[in-house]
Amino acid sequence: MTRNEIIDDLKKRFKDDITNIFDKSEKRVYVEIKPESLERCATYLFKDLKARFNIASGVDTRLHIEILYHFSIEYINLLISLRVKLKREKPVINSLAPVFKGANWIEREIHEILGVEFRGHPDLRRLLLSEDWPEGVYPLRRDYTEWDKTAIRDRGV
Amino acid sequence: MAKSVIPIGPYHPLQEEPEFFRLTVDGETVVDIDVNIGYNHRGIEKLSERKTFDQSTFVIERICGICSTSHPFAYTRAVEDIIPVEVPPRAKYIRTIIAEGERIHSHLLWLGLAGHFLGYNTVYMWVWKLREEILDVMEILSGNRNNYAMFKPGGVRRDINPDDIPSAVKKIDSIIPTLNRLKKAIVDDPVLHVRLKGIGILTKEDAIDYCALGPTSRASGVAKDVRKDAPYGAYDQIDWDMIVAENGDVFDKVVVRVLEVFESIKIMKTCLKNLPEGEIDLNIADIPPGEGIGAHEAPRGETFHYVRSDGTNRPARHKVRAPTFMNLPTCNSTVIGETISDAAIILASIDPCYCCTERIAVRNEKGKKIYSGKDLIRLSQQKTEIIKRKMRIK
Repeated sequence: MTRNEIIDDLKKRFKDDITNIFDKSEKRVYVEIKPESLERCATYLFKDLKARFNIASGVDTRLHIEILYHFSIEYINLLISLRVKLKREKPVINSLAPVFKGANWIEREIHEILGVEFRGHPDLRRLLLSEDWPEGVYPLRRDYTEWDKTAIRDRGV
Repeated sequence: MAKSVIPIGPYHPLQEEPEFFRLTVDGETVVDIDVNIGYNHRGIEKLSERKTFDQSTFVIERICGICSTSHPFAYTRAVEDIIPVEVPPRAKYIRTIIAEGERIHSHLLWLGLAGHFLGYNTVYMWVWKLREEILDVMEILSGNRNNYAMFKPGGVRRDINPDDIPSAVKKIDSIIPTLNRLKKAIVDDPVLHVRLKGIGILTKEDAIDYCALGPTSRASGVAKDVRKDAPYGAYDQIDWDMIVAENGDVFDKVVVRVLEVFESIKIMKTCLKNLPEGEIDLNIADIPPGEGIGAHEAPRGETFHYVRSDGTNRPARHKVRAPTFMNLPTCNSTVIGETISDAAIILASIDPCYCCTERIAVRNEKGKKIYSGKDLIRLSQQKTEIIKRKMRIK
C-alpha cells in the first residue's frame, strides 16, 4: 500500500474512533483518536501494518493531558502520531504494554511525571523519580511548584 | 540450590549514566533481572522549556558525552520540522560528517571496553589509540574533540575550512590498515567465536516486540536504520550499506559495529570530497506555533525528539528519547538463562554505559557480598582464559 492508501484505509477502518486527522507533511500525520480506541488503533498499526513504536510523549496543555504515540512505518517513510486527550483531573487510559513490550518503560515514565493512570499495565513502579519524591506531585505538570524547600538548586545565575 | 540476588550499580564517579541491575541467580545461572534507572535524571526536558530554541541546542548537547551530536541533530531536525524547512546542502553535508565521525569514535570506544571485559587488553589499548586519531580529526574539522557545538536550528554554526580537509582525510586513511587487521583478528579469532557466539541471543521477534534500535536490533536481523528508511542530511546522496546480521548474539553485535565503522569512514570521506559550496545557515528568526519530530540514527540507535512550540521563543514541550531507553529492557530476554560470567558482556553488548558493569556486586541470600564488580570482570576474563587453554592457544 502507498502512503495515501494507508491513510484512507485508516480513515475508513477507524471512522468511529478518529476525531481529527492533520496531514502535516509527506512524512508526518497526526491522528487524533478517542482515548477508548487507543488499544484498537495501536494494535492495528503495530501488528498488522508492522509499524515500529518510536515512543510516546505526554504533554500538559493546561486544558488536557495529551499523549502522542509515535509509530513509524519504514517502508513508506511515514510517521503516524496517535493523539489522545485525557481529562486533566483524572487522566486514565488503557496500557499498551500488554500489546508490545516496548511500551512498558515509557508508560511508567509518563505515569510518574504526568500522573496518567495506565489501566492493565503489568508493573507501574517508579522509573526515574527517587523514592522520597511525594505521591501526587508530577514534575511535568504546568502547575508544578517546587515541593522540597531544602533542596539545593541552580537558580540560574 | 538457593537463589541469590546480585545488585549491580548504581554509582561510579568516573563514568556517566548510572544504572542499577538486580540479577537473581540460581547457582551460576541468571534467573531474573530487574533494571532501575533514574539515578542520573537531570530534568533536561524541563530545563529545555526554560531556554530559547537556540540555547536548548547547547543544553541537550550535554545529555550524552559520547554521542554529543546525536541529540542536537535530532533536536534541530525537530525544530526544522515545525516550520517546516530544509537546511542548505552544505549544512547537510557538514552535519553528516560530524555525525559519522562521532559514530566511528563511539563504536571504537565500545569495542575497546568489550575487549577489556573479555580479557583482551591488547584490543582495548589498540582500539583506543585508533579512536584518538578520530578525535583529532574531529578537532581539525570542528575545533573540538567532543561537544562540537556545530548544530543550530536552520543549519550549522561554523563552516569547515577547505584547507583542513586534506589533513583530516590523511588522518582517517591512517587508521584503515590497522582497522582492517583488527577486523580480521576479531572475525577469525577462534576463542572469540567460542566465547561470544550463541550467548545473549536477542531473537528477531523480541527485537521487534521490545522496539529495539540500532546495532542491537540490526544484529538480530531487523533491517531498520533511520538513515536509510527516512533519509536526511546527505545520507540519500551517498552510496553506503546498512549492516545487518542474523543471529542476534553478542558476536553479531560486535561484527555489526565493526563493519559499521568502515561504512562510516566511507560516508565521511565521500562527504569531505563532495562538500558542496554555498550557505551553511538559514538564519531562522521565528518558530511558528506547531509541533515537530526529529530522529537521527545515533551510534546506539534512533534518537527521537518531539518539540512543541506555542509561538514564543521557547519550546512548550521537548521530549527526548535516547536509544538505550528502548534497548535496555531487552536484557530481560538476553541475560536470563545465561551464566554470571557472561552477564557483564551481554549487558555491555547493547552499548549502554559501563559504570554499571564496573559496579557489579554479588551477594548471597543473607546479603553477604560474594563478588564485586572487579571480580565479575575477572570472572569474565577467566572464562576466556579457560577457553584458550582448552583450545591450546596461548
